[in-house]
Amino acid sequence: MGIVANVQADGLAGLEHNFLTGRVEDLIRWARSHSSWPATFGLACCAIEMMATGGPHYDLARFGMEVFRASPRQADIMIVAGRVSQKMAPVLRQIYDQMMEPKWVISMGVCASSGGMFNNYALVQGVDTIVPVDVYAPGCPPGPETLLQAIVTLHELIETGEIMRRREVTGAGAGVHLDELQLPTSSALTIGTR
Amino acid sequence: MSDAETPSIDDAELAEESVEEVLEEELPQPELLHGVPVSESRGQVVLHPSRDEYVALVSSLRELGYWMCVDLCGVDYLGYGPNRNLPAGVAPERFEVVVGLLSHSDRSRIRLRVQIPESDPELATLFLIHPSVENPEREVFDMFGIRFDGHPDMTRILMPDEWVGHPLRKDYELGRIPVQFKGASTAR
Amino acid sequence: MTSTDLTTLNSARDRLTSDGSVLRLSETEAEQKSGYQAPTEEGLGERMIMNMGPQHPSTHGVLRLVLEMDGETITRSKPVIGYLHTGMEKTGEELTYLQGATNVTRMDYAAPLFNELVFSLAVEELLGIEVPDRGQWIRMLMSELNRMSSHLLFMATNGMDLGAVGMMLYGWREREEVLRFFEAVTGLRMNHNYIRPGGVAADLPDGWEEELSAILDIIPDRLAEFDLLMTGQPIWRDRLQGVGVITAEEALSLGATGPILRSTGYAWDLRRDQPYLKYDQVEFDVIAGSFGDCFDRYSIRLAEIRESMRIVRQIIEKMPEGDYRVQDKKVTPPPRARIDESMEALIHHFKIFTEGFKVPEGEVYVAVESPRGELGCYIVSDGSSKPFRMHIRGPSFVNLQTLPHLMKDSFLADTVAIISSVDPIMGEIDR
Repeated sequence: MGIVANVQADGLAGLEHNFLTGRVEDLIRWARSHSSWPATFGLACCAIEMMATGGPHYDLARFGMEVFRASPRQADIMIVAGRVSQKMAPVLRQIYDQMMEPKWVISMGVCASSGGMFNNYALVQGVDTIVPVDVYAPGCPPGPETLLQAIVTLHELIETGEIMRRREVTGAGAGVHLDELQLPTSSALTIGTR
Repeated sequence: MSDAETPSIDDAELAEESVEEVLEEELPQPELLHGVPVSESRGQVVLHPSRDEYVALVSSLRELGYWMCVDLCGVDYLGYGPNRNLPAGVAPERFEVVVGLLSHSDRSRIRLRVQIPESDPELATLFLIHPSVENPEREVFDMFGIRFDGHPDMTRILMPDEWVGHPLRKDYELGRIPVQFKGASTAR
Repeated sequence: MTSTDLTTLNSARDRLTSDGSVLRLSETEAEQKSGYQAPTEEGLGERMIMNMGPQHPSTHGVLRLVLEMDGETITRSKPVIGYLHTGMEKTGEELTYLQGATNVTRMDYAAPLFNELVFSLAVEELLGIEVPDRGQWIRMLMSELNRMSSHLLFMATNGMDLGAVGMMLYGWREREEVLRFFEAVTGLRMNHNYIRPGGVAADLPDGWEEELSAILDIIPDRLAEFDLLMTGQPIWRDRLQGVGVITAEEALSLGATGPILRSTGYAWDLRRDQPYLKYDQVEFDVIAGSFGDCFDRYSIRLAEIRESMRIVRQIIEKMPEGDYRVQDKKVTPPPRARIDESMEALIHHFKIFTEGFKVPEGEVYVAVESPRGELGCYIVSDGSSKPFRMHIRGPSFVNLQTLPHLMKDSFLADTVAIISSVDPIMGEIDR
């Protein structure tokens, strides 16, 4: 007796396994958002916080993102973490071009977003002049919590498909600006016991 | 230093001579250390060699125990108002190359300030005496446009090769651009 | 300190300037020549010019290396830098002395407090003021903790570069403990702007001793885990011992400081040899190696974490009471409570933060021992409230010159171990 015969005989009740139904499009978006791998694009201070986000305390693995890919061809998200100099800008664009579609960009920190406190000859004033940015994470450097929020926001945008629609129309990213998370400074130190 | 009285034409020569004589007598002789004028800045010893004395001085200081050249940087004094604390006999120029030497044996530091004229921004390299100046000298070239004669690789180090200008010169603009607010929806 | 003499030093220097381990190609040439190179008349055999970076997982940021390979062996190489050039020295001329600390703290982002410290010491030297004892001890406490967090970061990245990926987790776990203390004291995890000309920004919070003791209780056990995971492991030793060897004379000639110089057995540490702050009142050992290889540099950093903890314990005991910043109205803003009741205090506060304080003219060079070596600051003041010229002598910038010599005749696979052992921080190299 095959599955087809079971279904023909009993309808859906004839199936041995549970299953979900849905549109292929939704399924793909869901899969994309939950396994978007970041490229290691650490530039400056923010890179240290990005690594901290991947570390044990903040644990980026909870969002299916712990696999930082060194090769842009295997990566989906570029987290521009730090200041982009005039010398680095062509390299950054080249790496972005090497990434496979669909791809997303998080601009981490004020230097990447707007040049930050270094408004001078050496820095590109905002990485969005080179690549389309989907989410801007503020802070200097943004704490791991802020970066996590940026990532979660991006995942939501991927799931709703909003970014790709907008990119088709304007060629630019989603351009979502986050607020920096104002978490209370931990006055009492809780240190994990072994 | 402007003289109120103008000497008559007749005794001009005489006056010139005497002025020179007087100047020579009155000019304070610079204090010398290792054969070059020396000054003090916040308790730190600063030597002021000329461009010709520079290399010989660094190598003789090396013999004396200053084995390490820790730092080399440039300064552009364009538009510097106050007195530059140069000893007598050292004429101020636009650029300076500042070299920091360290002696481990007597745990002391010594600093060299070399005057570099704007018209001819060049200085002999220290590379053969202290290979540690390779990167710093390239940085000074990149940022100030001071060439180091005899350096094995006198190219830009921080800026891209095709960059125009030397950013740390005082007449180079900071390059600030006005802040642009993109996509700002509310205008108050 | 192992002694050396001028003759050995001179011969080492002459070897370094003539042995051609540095590949002197401009960026454009390197691009044109990348790939296969046919044998030349100068006696060079078949070789390959390879580009590594600036975007490479183990170049610690945006370091780019141009390597000339003969098979698997590196014959010549050249580090290409500038991909993170931020123009901080230029921006520093536009900021007041009070704002200056925010600028310099972003240079060596693994050890931000040292940048602030050296800048503040230089400004104070120009001003001719002395920070009260408590301020100095707090500065010392914070910089030793920062040394620990910086070396823990090294442990994590060094482990990961060599394939001990688990170290990435362990190193960060410990570093997070120190960062949490920083956050409680300064309000930030990095780029604190805590040490400022005239003292520190705020006093230590209540209960800091207990918090610190808790950290100091945990970390020794965890360092023992590091030993178990790395120090004794044969693979770890094989990959580091005898790799990237440098002699004391070569290190001196190339200006290398910090763990690189000490790994050769030449025990030079500014904390002991040219004491600043109150380092003459605490006991600690200067750790030196004997072979000058990557393993020595790793062990020195591991041991320095333990020495820093020893210093921190002494600081907890000896911390004096008193002011944490100078009570000099010219430099220090009035306390918050005074601003609410006094108009003059409000104006004074406003003036200090908008115009800044004037610093007497002069020039000064001050150096401290950062986790990477001698961190120096040269400031020229023209008597205004902004530095006329501010130059930072970054230890990584100078240490980077040892790379071609360390890598000469080593295998391609060892480059990662060697770069990692130099522990370059690009923010400080490119500034």
